[in-house]
Formats: sequence, C-alpha cells, structure tokens
Amino acid sequence: MRRLLINKIILTLSTISALIGLAFLAWILVTLFVKGLSSFHFSLFVNDLIDNGLRNLIIGQFILAGMASVIGIPLGMVAGIYIREYGQGRYANLIRNLSDIMMSAPSIVIGAFVYAIIVVPTGHTSGFAGSIALAIMMIPIVISTTDSMLSLVPKELREAGIALGASKYKVIFDIVIKSAKVGIMTGILLAFARIVGETAPLLFTSQTSNYFTLDLTHAFPSLSVSIYDLASDVQTSSRDLAWAASFILTVMVLVINLTGKFITRNKK
Amino acid sequence: MEKIFQKFAFSSATLVFIILLGIFITLFNAARPAINEFGLNFIVDPAWNKEVPITTPQAKTDKSVTQSAVSNTDDETVDVNDFGDDSDDMMMQDEDDTPTKTIYGGLVPLVGTIFSTLIALAFAMPIAMGIAIFLAEIAPKKIATFVGGAIELLAAIPSIIFGMWGLYYFAPIVAALFGGFQVSLLTAGLVLGVMILPFMAAITRDSMNTTPDILKESAYALGATKFEVIKDVIFPYSKVGIIGSIILSLGRALGETMAVAFLIGSIFELPHKITDPTISIPVALANNFGEASGLGMSSLFYLALILFVMSFAVISFAKFYFLRKAN
Amino acid sequence: MPVMNIKKFSFTYPGVSDPSLKNITLPIKKNKITALIGPSGCGKSTLLRSMNRIHDLYPGNKYEGKIDLLDFESGKYKNILDIKKENEFIKLRQQVGMIFQKPTPFPMSIFDNVAYGLKIDGIKNKSELSDRVEAALKGSALWSEVSDRLGKSAMGLSGGQQQRLCIARAVAVKPEVLLFDEPTSALDPISTAAIEELIVELRNDISIAIVTHNMQQASRISDYTAFMYLGDLVEYDKTENIFLNPKEKRTEDYITGRFG
Repeated sequence: MRRLLINKIILTLSTISALIGLAFLAWILVTLFVKGLSSFHFSLFVNDLIDNGLRNLIIGQFILAGMASVIGIPLGMVAGIYIREYGQGRYANLIRNLSDIMMSAPSIVIGAFVYAIIVVPTGHTSGFAGSIALAIMMIPIVISTTDSMLSLVPKELREAGIALGASKYKVIFDIVIKSAKVGIMTGILLAFARIVGETAPLLFTSQTSNYFTLDLTHAFPSLSVSIYDLASDVQTSSRDLAWAASFILTVMVLVINLTGKFITRNKK
Repeated sequence: MEKIFQKFAFSSATLVFIILLGIFITLFNAARPAINEFGLNFIVDPAWNKEVPITTPQAKTDKSVTQSAVSNTDDETVDVNDFGDDSDDMMMQDEDDTPTKTIYGGLVPLVGTIFSTLIALAFAMPIAMGIAIFLAEIAPKKIATFVGGAIELLAAIPSIIFGMWGLYYFAPIVAALFGGFQVSLLTAGLVLGVMILPFMAAITRDSMNTTPDILKESAYALGATKFEVIKDVIFPYSKVGIIGSIILSLGRALGETMAVAFLIGSIFELPHKITDPTISIPVALANNFGEASGLGMSSLFYLALILFVMSFAVISFAKFYFLRKAN
Repeated sequence: MPVMNIKKFSFTYPGVSDPSLKNITLPIKKNKITALIGPSGCGKSTLLRSMNRIHDLYPGNKYEGKIDLLDFESGKYKNILDIKKENEFIKLRQQVGMIFQKPTPFPMSIFDNVAYGLKIDGIKNKSELSDRVEAALKGSALWSEVSDRLGKSAMGLSGGQQQRLCIARAVAVKPEVLLFDEPTSALDPISTAAIEELIVELRNDISIAIVTHNMQQASRISDYTAFMYLGDLVEYDKTENIFLNPKEKRTEDYITGRFG
C-alpha cells in the first residue's frame, strides 16, 4: 500500500533528522568537554587572567549577573504583578506584548543602547554599564515568568483573601505570591542562567579586565567577553584557556538550569 | 501602602515601554549624523568606510543637499570610467589632493544578516521538525522525556560556545565539502542553524503536544496512518504555535552575535558566492564599536537601529498573528 | 448472529500487575445496540477501546483471550488480537469505527471532515466523494443544517452538531461496528436526545456498542446491556431483563442506585 510506504518513509526521515540534530548537539558537547577538560586545571580558580587564570573573570561574571539581578528581578516581578493583578485590560496587554518584544530584542542592540546612555556620558566602560545591559535583558524574562506563574493561581484564592477583609496588596504578597513562589523562583533561576552566559551586551559596556577588581565604575572582568578575546587569539595557549573558560561557563549555566528543573520537578 | 505599591507597580510596568522607546530614540539620535548624511541610500550602498573624492560642483555649491551629492559623486566616478577624456581631469584632481570624505553604506551587513538567517532557517527547520515529530509522536515516552530534556538544556548553552565549536571543528568540514573559505556566509549560517535548532525543536514539540489525544485517536480510529495524523490533524491543530516557533527562532537568528562573529569573516564585502566571507549587522557592531568614531560610529548606530526595527517588526508580526488567531 | 465475539478476554495496562479486565466473554450482536454500563473504573471504556485496539497507540498493553470480528466480505471470523501489521490495523479501524466522549472535529472544513476517512482510503473521485459525504450527513441528520456551509470550518458548529459530524465522519467509511464512548457526556439534553435518536436509527445498518454512565440512556436505546464491575462482566442480557429482572444482586444494587 502506497500510503503505508509514505508513512514509513516520513517517519524514518523524521527519526533520521532527529538523530542528525542530536549528533550535532552531542558533537558540540563532546568537543566542549574534551577540549575544556584537557585545558582545565584547578589553578584556574586561583589565578587571575593576567596570570593565565580565570578567577577574576568567573567572579566578575557572577557580580555582573548578580548586580543585574538586583536591579532586574524586583522591577520585573513588580511589573509582572502589575500586569497580572492590577493592570486594566488594554494597557496590561500592551505592556505584556512589549515585554515579549523586548525579550527578543537583539542583545547587541541593548549593548549599543547602554553604550550610548552610560558609556558615552561617563567616558569609559564600566561594570555598572554591563550590569544595566544585562538587567535590561533580564526584566522582560522575569515579567513573563511572574505573569504566567501568577496566572496559574486560582481566582478563588484571591477572592477568599479579599473576603476575609485583606487589602489587595496584602492578598498579593501573603497569598498569591506565596502560592506561586516555586514557579517564580524557577523562572528567575532560568533568567539568571540566560544572562550569565551572555557576551554581546557586555562587549562594549563592561568590556573585560585582566585583573581582579570589585570596582564597578571601570572596565570589569567578564568571563564571556574574555572567551571571545582569547578564542580569537593566535596563540594556542590562549585558545586552550578559552576552551577551559567555555567549559566552566557552560557548566555554570547548565547547573543553574538543572537546579531550576529539579525544583520544578520536586514541587510536582 | 496599598497606593504606593500600586504606583510603584505601574511605574515598573511602564518602564518596559520607556526602555523600548528609549532604545529607539537613543539609537535614532546616535545614528542621526549618518541618517542625515546618507539617508535611506545607506541601505542599498555597499561601500563601508570608503574614501571618495568630493569633486562634483553641486557638492561644493550646495552643501545642504548632501544626499544627492553622494549619489552624484557616484555618477561622476562612473562617468569618469566611461569616458576616457575626463579621466585626465580626475587624475589631476587626485594628485591635487582633492578633499575626500568617507562614506558608509549598510548593504553588506544587511545582506549578511538576512542571508545568514535564511541559511540558518533552511538548515534548522526540517531538522527541528524532524526532532519535534520524533519527540512528540515516535519516541517512547521515556526516551522522549530524556531526549527532550537534553534538547532543552542545549538550548541554554551560551551562543559563544557554538561560535567556537563552529570555527574550529565545523567550518573546516564545511569548507572541505563545499569549497570556499572556512569563514563564510555558509558556515556562519549553518552554525547559526545549529544554534537555533534546540530552541526551535523544543517549542515546536510543545506546540504539537497541545493536540488533544482524543483528536489524534479519532483520526487513527478512521484508519489514518501516523503520518496522516501528523499531517492532517496535529500540524493543522498546532499550526499557529509552530509558525510562532519559527518566527521566534528567526528573531533569535537575526540578532545573534557570538555564534556568527567567529565565522562570517567580518569583512565589508558583498559575497558573490555562498562560500564567500562577509559580515552581519551584529558582528559589524561587535567588532567595530571599540575603534569607531564620528560618522563611522554614527553609521554603526544606524545599523543597530535597522536591526532593532527589523527584530521589532518580526516579533510584532508574530505577536499580531498569535493574537488574531487566538481570538 | 454476533458481529463481534469477545471470548475470555483479559487486558492489562503497562506497568500494572493486575489486569483491568478479567476473563470477559461477551457478544456484540449484529444490528443491535449493546450498552456497557457500570461504575467508573469498572473497565467499560477499556473494553470498548480494545474492540478497535485503539489502546495500541500507546505501547506495552497485554491482551489475553480472543476478540473475533466477523469479516463481511469473507463471512469468516478473525481474531483482532492477532493483528500486528499496520495495514491490518487500518482495515480493522475502518471496520470498527469510534466516537469519543467529546466531539473531535478536525481542524478543517465540514466537508473535509466527513470526507477524511474516504480520502485517506484513496477515493479521489469528486462526485463519489460528495455523494458519500451527503449520504453520511443525511444519515446523521445533519445535512439540512450544514448543506449550505460545507466549506466552512467545522469548529464553528455547536457541540451537538460537532458530535453528529463526527458520527457522519465515522459512518461515511461504512463500518461494520461503531463504538460509542460516552458520546453525550459533554452535551446538553436536547443535543443528547438528537444523538440518541440517531444511534437508534444507525442500528439498521451498523452494529453498535456504547459505553454510558447514564442508566436511563442505556435503558432507552439499547437492546442488550452488559453490567461490569471492577473489571468483571457481572451480567449480560437483554436490556429489559437487566433493568427489570436482574439475576445478580450487584446488578440490582447498581441499577437501583444503591452504589456507583
């Protein structure tokens, strides 16, 4: 029968293309692990880049993403609460759509924006500018997570709270957010994982630095930006260091992601 | 307290609007010198950072019409090449140290962006559909869960990793197979395709999984084969979601910097073949922002503005499409 | 004469040690309506879903015993539990159609919905297709309501109309047996009455098995009734006997509303 044959062919093709796709992705992971581990050494965590280590870069990357979180998470959460709990139809919807568009804005464009509003006026790159760029990337992600997690909280729960005489603000903080806590936390973890591996928005905002520093007002060490510099370097030793750095960066991102998934699974 | 919080919440939500508007205005402002100088001609001009002599009388007498002056300069050069009589004058002028100016055009990075994205989509779409079909309809549940989870994790890998892998491991093979350079439109597009693959596959699978079991069973109960169920029931049912996933992936590919930066070659030249090196807008920004100044800087902002508008248009189109279908 | 003979049939879901159906023996008589009743979890839907092996879309089920289906062409019985090949499955599902708890219109036009089973079976002739679609829609008492909008999406129909459309779609391929899995559970009383009327009419051409949790419905439309409880077939008889004069205590308790 012809249709059975077509069925077989298409299903086989699907399976084959799935295998091809998986093979590619496995290839990347294997490359990363083999190259990364072969250049990996614990001294990388002790020395700074100037001494061929990665310590300052790893700490710097976390500080940049951490500062971004300090700015982005409260703003994103509160904005998410607004569009789900307070917003009136049209305006909330407009913000929701704009937030989704902002989430897809090219990260390099956000870098250019922050360059124009912070780096140009201050005259130099700074960790602060880098954090702002990452925060702008983070806000819409946090908004969308908060929005969708709050939408899962049943209406009756809010009504029950209001019926007890609590103010709307009290109901949101004591009841609604508590019951959506796990979901929102997972979303925030994933948002953090997303920005901690970013390079493009940092290229000309924080740049990177070979030295250890906590001074956010000047060029700030960034693991991802340094990977870009090192990987384009002609020296093999630099490239090996880039692989080790990539390995560490990927492990960081994946561990945070897996933690998020683990939390969600445990909740169920 | 209630009032204060509500005000704060409103302001935070409005911040989204302000940031987006701020990005647009800032980019536009920073790009203004270039916009004034080149106008929309920027989009079709392949020259970047090119010295051209200011020779036309119009340019000298009428400086306000700079845009026409640029095009007139081009015409003049062509004329010079066509008519031998004038070339002496030209040579003379060059030797005379005629004043020159630098012109910038965005055609090359624009072409690079669009074509690398198209190559990425052409490569990723069939494979992503295959993966999605495999995960949603073919694989046993345990395998589907495991492989699906792995694919979601891969979508989280920083894009710079894809770029490095692409440059050192994938590009040599592509170049050996198709000829041409290791850094080219083709290799950049393919690596971009590999990068968007997990994302596209994961959300396509999610859309396909929204098809109710009972609907699929109805088709099977009429004697349909699996392929017929996928083609006639699952795809039409989840069409909106699948198209949405493709457009979102397209948006990602358009704005991607790091996966492309290693591979596209970063030269401002129009590719004659798919295996030629060129440049894309994000890469032009990434590599030139540091050294640029003056009109060059402004032109980079012009490029950023174009990219921002493109991505805005693509995503709003997707949103509009979703919205219209959802209602 | 039964069109389907279920003999000592047991069924076990994957990952479960105890069978969900135990040693069921039951005939589905030709041109009659057989109702399967019983409290939720008794296995009535599981049994129905075994009769066209729709269970097999999800791997790992275990069948024992026999389900013999009468093949109208050859006049012979064939055990559908022996089926392994894809083309035999397709043939089985063309012979034994199914209607679900909720209407399941496909995301396509009304005409294409009804023509779907015919088209995938390779019928391309336009006039034959439209004749058979018309006949099926008339047979499902839907023709007068939709004849002027066959090209419109089936999603625009009301729930009751959608369910009749699904019946028309199943009838169009001319099955020997139609399985109804609580076909009116998602419908309002008026639509339910229309569907019941339709099922009774279909009996003239097709043999019917219907799962229902609604005892009145079973007593209204069925010729035979099987009462199931915890995976066992407790009692099978003519419908009036089951409802008026049950032999088993458990049947009596159930139909008088003492449990379930």
